[in-house]
Amino acid sequence: MSQEAHAGYRARPRPQRARSFYDKEVQGILWQVVILAIVLGTGYWLFSNMQHNLHVRQIQTGFDFLDREAGYEIGESLIAYSPASTYARALVVGFLNTLHVAVIGVVLATVLGVFIGVGTLSRNWLIAKLTAGYIHFLRNIPVLLQIILWYSILISDRMFPGPRQATPVLGTYLTQRGIYFPVPEPHFSWWLAAIGLLVGIVAAVLTSRWAKARQESTGEQFPTTVALPLIVLATPALFWLVGGASTAMSWPALRGFNLAGGARITPEFTAVLFGLTIYTSAFIGEIVRAGILSVPKGQIEAARAIGLREGLIMRLVTLPQALRVIIPPMTSQFLNLTKNSSLAVAVGYPDLVSAANTTLNQTGQSPEVILIIMIVYLTTSLLTSLFMNWYNKRIALVER
Amino acid sequence: MADVARARPVAPSHGPVAWMRANLFNTPSNAIITLVVVAALVWVLPKLFAWAITDAVWEINSAKCRTASGACWGFVAEKYRLMLFGTYPYAEQWRPLVVSIALVAMVVATLNTRLWGRLLWGAWLIALPVLFHLMQGGSIELVMVILAALGGAVIVGLPTSLVMPAGLGALGLLFLYWALSGLLGLPPLPALPGLFSYVETEKWGGLPLTLILATVGIVCSFPLAVLLALGRRSDLPGIKALCIGFIELVRGVPLITVLFMASLMIPLFLPEGVNFDKLLRAQIGITLFSAAYVAEVIRGGLQAIPKGQYEAADALGLSYGYKTAFVVLPQALKLVIPPLVNTFIGLFKDTSLVIIIGLFDFLGSIRLASNDPEWRAFYVEGLVFAGLVYFVFCYAMALYSRNLEKRLNTGHR
Repeated sequence: MSQEAHAGYRARPRPQRARSFYDKEVQGILWQVVILAIVLGTGYWLFSNMQHNLHVRQIQTGFDFLDREAGYEIGESLIAYSPASTYARALVVGFLNTLHVAVIGVVLATVLGVFIGVGTLSRNWLIAKLTAGYIHFLRNIPVLLQIILWYSILISDRMFPGPRQATPVLGTYLTQRGIYFPVPEPHFSWWLAAIGLLVGIVAAVLTSRWAKARQESTGEQFPTTVALPLIVLATPALFWLVGGASTAMSWPALRGFNLAGGARITPEFTAVLFGLTIYTSAFIGEIVRAGILSVPKGQIEAARAIGLREGLIMRLVTLPQALRVIIPPMTSQFLNLTKNSSLAVAVGYPDLVSAANTTLNQTGQSPEVILIIMIVYLTTSLLTSLFMNWYNKRIALVER
Repeated sequence: MADVARARPVAPSHGPVAWMRANLFNTPSNAIITLVVVAALVWVLPKLFAWAITDAVWEINSAKCRTASGACWGFVAEKYRLMLFGTYPYAEQWRPLVVSIALVAMVVATLNTRLWGRLLWGAWLIALPVLFHLMQGGSIELVMVILAALGGAVIVGLPTSLVMPAGLGALGLLFLYWALSGLLGLPPLPALPGLFSYVETEKWGGLPLTLILATVGIVCSFPLAVLLALGRRSDLPGIKALCIGFIELVRGVPLITVLFMASLMIPLFLPEGVNFDKLLRAQIGITLFSAAYVAEVIRGGLQAIPKGQYEAADALGLSYGYKTAFVVLPQALKLVIPPLVNTFIGLFKDTSLVIIIGLFDFLGSIRLASNDPEWRAFYVEGLVFAGLVYFVFCYAMALYSRNLEKRLNTGHR
């Protein structure tokens, strides 16, 4: 836009005479030099102040601290970690925890948000009103408050019993220290089943492509709604059988004052996940609603006229067109969710910011630690945007 | 004709039964969904109602709360002053109340484009120092006097060519003296005795603090945001890169890191002997953060201005400054008011993060109130109360923004 707006200056032939001080280009260069000088000068002033202050306070600089022993405990970790591990490892643990809650949150928020958004346009009055109320109510309450509220509900002894008082349902304990549930004992067959799941997904994708190609060339339909879930589920089951079909389970059981065995989802994780998912799903619901409304009515009427069922109209006509409107704002919601996961520090979920905060308090090296957090978040944001832009381009309208 | 006579009577097209048939039971699947939802509501709502109303304890009695199965609203009744105003001295709490009301009134007035003019801008210049003094009390600094005088000059209608250089010059001189007095050991400038008792910013808290952080954040970020938005659309590659860099850097990181940066790095960035208190540091962080988001909103407005407007201004031979100040910005800023309100709602909610760096805004005051061992078990009730207050504020603003949008849409298209 601005280029076009100033096209007049650009297109003008370069004057042959000596440049006047009032020449547009001379002024442009002058302004840039002045502003850059001010910014760089201020930057240098701040930086030299910082170096002086760090020197006076005898705070070390540099990234050597990353190799030192962290010495603090982290509540939950996806990789092996102990207080004897290094600061670098502690930060990686925090980052993995951030990714853990953010990825699950993005998936759940998208699913929930799409249901909510479609619900607001439902012809069922009750559903439409309830989902609209959900959106209006939940997006106007700070996400931090929601996370803290979930956390204080989850750990409240008025709502959930302690581990010793809890009664298991199907081997699962709901306690104020989290949810304990049985998991299979590690066994070769389960690893094989995991590989089987991947193989099944790939096979299902290939089958669906083949079925689509066949339908386009011959008109014969393939029962994809039955076959595809079957492929995804049956393949890992088959692999599991081949691997020896281990059925040994690890059950949570009371040992001393606490429950041991099985797997545990901490209330911190649940609170952060609930807060982020519910808050973001309200925004996604609104985006989906706007996206669907942006599809011209004629498209849907035309689809009805050629006899498509309502479900198929949604899947084949409305959603593909709505997606083009939905994807860009959805990207920023995904980024918001990832950034908001930093609020986990308020309830003690050990995410990146929480690990960095402890590191910072112990070493005092705030500039380096803050630099690390910023770079990590910027990189994550950038990668997410790049992926979503790629996806956006793929589904964008191909103008003929 | 005979067919018509024999046809069955049509179903009633109005009345509650017809309405339910059309809106709740129009297809078999819809009927099932309706029944399931009604069943779920019948299961949940009475429980919620019992917890919140019938089984709840409304009197201030923590012993009774502990045995009751419902909510303990006595906690809110007992501590509402602490929740709303934080640790601000009890007898002086009318001051933050007045400040909050005045700030809200100023913001609402500013959203009305018909009131835009020297009266409003002058009022802002006077309001900021006056409200600051009302809030903090103590002595009146020279900066505040200069700002208020500037506002007065704008309202009276002294020409801008006189007011601007005089104001900027006075502020510049003041800053110069401040910087030099630190270096050369000159005595600090005298301050006027104030009207109200001194309340240090450490004691500010509650809803007024939330309002102040958000409002001052967005108002102070506005000039910077306009410059950033113009810079981002500039032809000058150096300035453009600088602005894009700043905007994307801030938008790419969570607010909490910006706040950490502000609270931990600003003391390091300042020369020795200069100290900003915690509130000012948080305010600087929030202002910079908001500047990046507001800049993007303004950029949207700039892009919506038809090309012809730029070309017409160029054709008239207006300089860049005149073109921007008198043709482009007045149109663009009016367009961006509704999205700006949305940004403000976001900021209002986001200021709750300052509790992580140790300020007691509204959410922080709720936590403070529940630190009392007698009421510790009832934090949830405090949070529900806070959630409702936040909801009322944010939803009112959202409705207002939607209303504005409708009005603007009919006006322009």
